[in-house]
Amino acid sequence: MSGTGPLERRAVVSGIGQSDVGRRLGRSDLDLTVDACLQAVADAGLHRDDIDGLATFPGAGVGTAGFAGPSSPEVQDALRLKLNWHDGGLEGPGQLRAVFAACLAVAAGLARHVLVYRTVTESSAQGEGGRQGIGGGGGGRGVPRFSGPMSWTLPYGAVSAANWIAWIAQRRMHEYGLTREQLAWIALNGRRNAEVNPKAIYRQPMTLADYLAVRMITTPLCLYDCDAPCDGSTAVVVSHVDYAPDAPSTVCHVNAVGTAIRGRPSWDQFDDMTTFSARDAAASMWARTELRPADVDVAELYDGFSILTMVWLEELGLCPRGESGPFVEGGTRIAREVPLNTSGGQLSAGRLHGFGMLHEACVQLRGEGGARQVAGGPEVAAVAAGGGPIAGCMLLTRGVSG
Amino acid sequence: MSAAPARGPSIRVLPRLDDATRFFWTSGADGRLRFLRCGGCHHYVHPPVPRCPYCLDGPLAPEVVSGRGVVHSFTVNYHQWIPGSEPYAIGLVTIEEQDDVRLTTNLVDCPFEDLRVGMAVEVTFEQAEDVWLPLFRPAGAGS
Repeated sequence: MSGTGPLERRAVVSGIGQSDVGRRLGRSDLDLTVDACLQAVADAGLHRDDIDGLATFPGAGVGTAGFAGPSSPEVQDALRLKLNWHDGGLEGPGQLRAVFAACLAVAAGLARHVLVYRTVTESSAQGEGGRQGIGGGGGGRGVPRFSGPMSWTLPYGAVSAANWIAWIAQRRMHEYGLTREQLAWIALNGRRNAEVNPKAIYRQPMTLADYLAVRMITTPLCLYDCDAPCDGSTAVVVSHVDYAPDAPSTVCHVNAVGTAIRGRPSWDQFDDMTTFSARDAAASMWARTELRPADVDVAELYDGFSILTMVWLEELGLCPRGESGPFVEGGTRIAREVPLNTSGGQLSAGRLHGFGMLHEACVQLRGEGGARQVAGGPEVAAVAAGGGPIAGCMLLTRGVSG
Repeated sequence: MSAAPARGPSIRVLPRLDDATRFFWTSGADGRLRFLRCGGCHHYVHPPVPRCPYCLDGPLAPEVVSGRGVVHSFTVNYHQWIPGSEPYAIGLVTIEEQDDVRLTTNLVDCPFEDLRVGMAVEVTFEQAEDVWLPLFRPAGAGS
């Protein structure tokens, strides 16, 4: 089975788990992580003694409060895991880098069952400290100075990814005639799907008028173009494909991963601002599979900011480049042709930082979506996480591939 | 709000000057903008790196540029990431000399509603302590 073809096809997602997800849950990141991990292990039909690999994004000690989640050593110790392979880190093709690494680890025989998790407690952290941008504290001559990449943007108040990603939207308005009324449909589609997801953060209906009336964050992005900080942990077990016949749940086969970045790796110097490295990640993924964009039955495309989903739609070939505006407008085609962000995405279901997209793709392939289940038994799911110069994507299939 | 939009955030978080970047951040002391340029292949290089990333060979040295550029993209920031800030325009400007050298900057002396992708701009400097921050305004605004 899967003796040839891309090595990631030796990996499957054998189990999935997710903690409670909400605003200011008041629980520690480790507490939430243990919940998600134990669920995923049980779902995979395994015992914690079977887990011999552990990976996470981004690892402790990076980002603003509540961003990083517990480190892999903390989780290893909390679960008393005996590991043959472990990994945690920020640099790489987006949040899914930890999953990609796990796939390669099982393909290489470094581990058989890798637990992969991503945990955020940004809602609780912001409740305690107020929502701040980088460098937002202090004032006057006491403000610390910065070196490195941020030193080129902070003096100008370009402190948040929202600012940099607003450039993408503005540039697309210039090149492709994108309108706010089109962009709105990423948020509206997410909310429509969140209405039938019991775990979503925001479930009350949203109209185009609501969207157009809400406050601006950084033009042309308004509040509803920005995802909802939350507390929550998502975990998956990545196992060797040989385990698939023994797994109690439907396994999701990894068909191909997309990891490339061929432009300059920064928010301001990348050659094509309308695509960033989604262009390269998607191209590298399609080069590794016989599947085509028309085969995708459900798409879970990162919406940390709404415009990123539109970039992914185009770069993954789910609609032509430059035409995502008309494609999403009205919300019909992203409900029927390419069911999109079926849990509500990060805009409405919470900023689980890419791993929510992966979890939902597995839910849909397994047919466990309940009221939000995509009809017809989806067999191929596209998952994308990140945006700008930090982007990765993958294809999952319900049946055996490769 | 006053008629003139803010020129930037309420607090300028300043760069730490080091041997690689001091020339850039102090360039505006004489009113001129400079970038590293390769003496071998003549490419401009930004941000500063130890060796020319194009030819991996020639020596790099600061060189004056025209100070003219084009707005590649922009955003008007309303959220108070930095408390006390009035809305300000964050631009991404491509310099006239080379289309893969861009600066994050503030766009000033221009009503927000007149900002456009593709508009011609020119550098103007704002001194903060020992740093001269390159800002950009509509071309011809300073003449």
